[in-house]
Amino acid sequence: MPELYHYLQQLVNGLTIGSTYALIAIGYTMVYGIIGMINFAHGEVYMIGSYIAFIAITLLAMAGVDSLLPIMFVAFAASMIVTSAYGYSIERFAYRPLRGGNRLIPLISAIGMSIFLQNMVMLSQDSKDKAIPSLLPGNFVLGESAMSGVTISYMQVLIFVVTFLAMLGLSLFISRSRLGRACRACAEDLKMANLLGINTNQIIALTFVIGAALAAVAGVLLGMQYGVINPHLGFLAGIKAFTAAVLGGIGSIPGAVLGGLLLGVAEAFGADLFGDQYKDVVAFSLLVLVLLFRPTGILGRPEVEKV
Amino acid sequence: MSRNLKTALFSTLLLLLISYPILGLKLSVIGIGLQVEGADARTLWTIGLAAVAMFTWQLLRDRLPGAGRLAAMTPSVPGQVKHWLTLPSTQRWIILALVMLALVWPFFGSRAAVDIATLILIYVMLGIGLNIVVGLAGLLDLGYVGFYAVGAYTYALLAEYAGFGFWLALPIAGLMAATFGCLLGFPVLRLRGDYLAIVTLGFGEIIRILLRNLTDITGGPNGISQIPKPTLFGLSFDRRAPEGLETFHGFFGIPYDSTYKVIFLYLIALLLVLLALFVINRLMRMPIGRAWEALREDEIACRSLGLNPTIVKLSAFTLGATFAGFAGSFFAARQGLVTPESFTFIESAMILAIVVLGGMGSQLGIILAAVVMVLLQEMREFNEYRMLIFGLTMIVMMIWRPQGLLPMQRPHLELKS
Amino acid sequence: MSRPLLEVRGLCMRFGGLLAVNGVNLSVREGQIVSMIGPNGAGKTTVFNCLNGFYRPTSGEILLDGEPIQGLPGHRIACKGVVRTFQNVRLFKEMTAVENLLVAQHQHINTNFFAGLFKTPGYRQSERAAMGRAAEWLERMSLTEVANRPAGTLAYGQQRRLEIARCMMTRPRLLMLDEPAAGLNPRETEDLKTLIGQLRDEHGVTVLLIEHDMKLVMSISERILVINQGAPLAEGTPVEIRANPDVIKAYLGET
Repeated sequence: MPELYHYLQQLVNGLTIGSTYALIAIGYTMVYGIIGMINFAHGEVYMIGSYIAFIAITLLAMAGVDSLLPIMFVAFAASMIVTSAYGYSIERFAYRPLRGGNRLIPLISAIGMSIFLQNMVMLSQDSKDKAIPSLLPGNFVLGESAMSGVTISYMQVLIFVVTFLAMLGLSLFISRSRLGRACRACAEDLKMANLLGINTNQIIALTFVIGAALAAVAGVLLGMQYGVINPHLGFLAGIKAFTAAVLGGIGSIPGAVLGGLLLGVAEAFGADLFGDQYKDVVAFSLLVLVLLFRPTGILGRPEVEKV
Repeated sequence: MSRNLKTALFSTLLLLLISYPILGLKLSVIGIGLQVEGADARTLWTIGLAAVAMFTWQLLRDRLPGAGRLAAMTPSVPGQVKHWLTLPSTQRWIILALVMLALVWPFFGSRAAVDIATLILIYVMLGIGLNIVVGLAGLLDLGYVGFYAVGAYTYALLAEYAGFGFWLALPIAGLMAATFGCLLGFPVLRLRGDYLAIVTLGFGEIIRILLRNLTDITGGPNGISQIPKPTLFGLSFDRRAPEGLETFHGFFGIPYDSTYKVIFLYLIALLLVLLALFVINRLMRMPIGRAWEALREDEIACRSLGLNPTIVKLSAFTLGATFAGFAGSFFAARQGLVTPESFTFIESAMILAIVVLGGMGSQLGIILAAVVMVLLQEMREFNEYRMLIFGLTMIVMMIWRPQGLLPMQRPHLELKS
Repeated sequence: MSRPLLEVRGLCMRFGGLLAVNGVNLSVREGQIVSMIGPNGAGKTTVFNCLNGFYRPTSGEILLDGEPIQGLPGHRIACKGVVRTFQNVRLFKEMTAVENLLVAQHQHINTNFFAGLFKTPGYRQSERAAMGRAAEWLERMSLTEVANRPAGTLAYGQQRRLEIARCMMTRPRLLMLDEPAAGLNPRETEDLKTLIGQLRDEHGVTVLLIEHDMKLVMSISERILVINQGAPLAEGTPVEIRANPDVIKAYLGET
């Protein structure tokens, strides 16, 4: 049944990419859940995460380090730290002064931030594609042979494992820790949380930092998976992750995960069906359709209009 | 003091973290591999100085006299002048003066200056159109460039396959863009503001991707070339007229000069802009214009007063799209070539920046902003930094003056006529 | 007696697990002034939101002139002559007072695109008439001086008056006022009382009122509906309500 294996293969590929979309989508959904704004610059943070990872990996390679574990560790750590700083600064500089008031104003500011960051990276790193050799080559086959089985690369396994760990960490943090509880309180009712003595500024900054760090994880993983980066990749990844967040129900973290996986699979099958060049159209159409027919997404709560 | 010290250290660390790894280290392709190089000394010095400045400023923030009032000090335009500048009547006179200047411009400006002015006029037109949607109706449309593309490709395709001339294609292009605006708008306008922004962005991108991939019809990434230039009552401005046409210089018996063509294009653009200005000025005083602004202010109140929000939004969306359609077909005629890459999101962002910078709802603001934006684009030394400046401008404007640099006061209405 | 203009039967509104309005019945006759009272959070404003189409009621019937209107979109209901003010005034803040009044006449004036573009005589006539009506109501609400000021910059009492004037521009049959006296001083409340009476007597408007100011409610209403925790508690004339033990208990608490 080569047909079936073909579809299974698409499913696995879709889930791999989808899980990284989910990581980025969490950043959108958490920020939206708390302050109700679309952080348009989030995709750029992801892109910067990829760049930092590439810089770290290249630096280590130049220093002669060639075992996988330390390279991975440094790449993840460096990338997460730097993007966290970005997440915090973006919020502090471009969004905090605009809090409250018209919804479109922070969105325009966020678009400006996105353009700014993309061009900053383009100026300092130039806009050429940068490629690194695969750090984790090789794959294994589930089934009899490559034709009648599903090929899974070690990189895909790594993506699954790391994504799973990151999400586990996040859900533990949200459900168990004091700050996580404060986050949930803020998502429920920001004003009330503030009145109850929660430092909401700090919590909002924290969600930006967490979102940015998770985007960095996705940035490292996708950078290693594709092996190529350029300053433009944040835009598309951002839109797709936003689609994932909306698909799952914006504001809901499990929704973002579900939406990411669904979008990844939809894209894989869409590309299979219509050709690779229409992969992005699949994502955009899905976004439009979801917003039109079920703006609350799969797991989102309906928003009651306050009169 | 110790708290300030902590903040200062934190801010400085943050600054270093966001600047050094991305700006101070550069990935370079060496042979087939990658290497990291340090940036040039100037960049490193800048980062260092910025860090020191940040540290001292945060440390001494409370002690600096009037540091907090810095923002209040910078715009030193006296209140009366400001008031005068934002009066609708003043702005109308300035626009009139600008139109006069625009009319005589081709007779004094060089060929290149006229060409740049034409480009400015295209952006003025786009800005006025988007201003209806964003500034008046308060609907953030991030896919505006899609309608521009529809207009441009309508003319290009009509010329390529049906041999239509510019003047015949112009209204069709406007109509086509309006139809797209209406069709796309109808389902999406029920969405809340920020969702609407993202969906329109999606539509804009879908249009571009389709144009790029429907190679059989649109020529794919290469686009459509050799789009005919407009004619003056059947007189062509080319050196040798296509079959069935006469040339402008031949008809008047003057020597051929390619400048005529540039000036003629400029005048068409000016005509279109004047038309747009006329329409928008009427619209703002018409019931539908008031309804747009009311909708921007409070949709719920609008509904409770019997205004159908979908129709009000749709009219703004459709009309905005129509303007983009006109601008698009003119763009196609001027370039003689359309490719999907002329219609990226960045183009939408640039038009949005013009609207935001100029002051939502203010015609004069948009004209000035378009002038600034296009000149910035044309200046060689700035070109690299152009988008960087756009981005920063949008943020700063939102924080500092969300109403734009040159907003317009409400018109004064006489109660007794 | 005149026929009922508005008839509400068994109105229920559920938000998830919360039954915000539970079986409210209401009958308002043409030309009456009827009040809805009840403690905060009793669901009075939710009833308003159902009546003017912001919420689609979970169950129940709303009849305007015997014609069901429940579930119609808000603007359709407004065009049928049911308009309201809001608890926290909702003016078009950046627009001037007179512009606010012009917007509200949208359904009655010539909105043809081309007529406006070319300023046809019919269009000019229609605009002049609209301006005339706006001027008349500004005068009547003593807002002429501030006619060209952005509505958001007016004093609170002026904003309240402007909001009522804006409703009147739509030529309503049923005017619903959501706590119109909130935040007004005694003098202004007294003026409001006179105004509501005039609206009914001179303009033939039926008034449905939500109000906490008992003095105002008792002196102006012909009938009063008391709502507690979403459910109707009592209904009757002011005298009956004042004497109703359930109402006293609900207001003063169990003792």
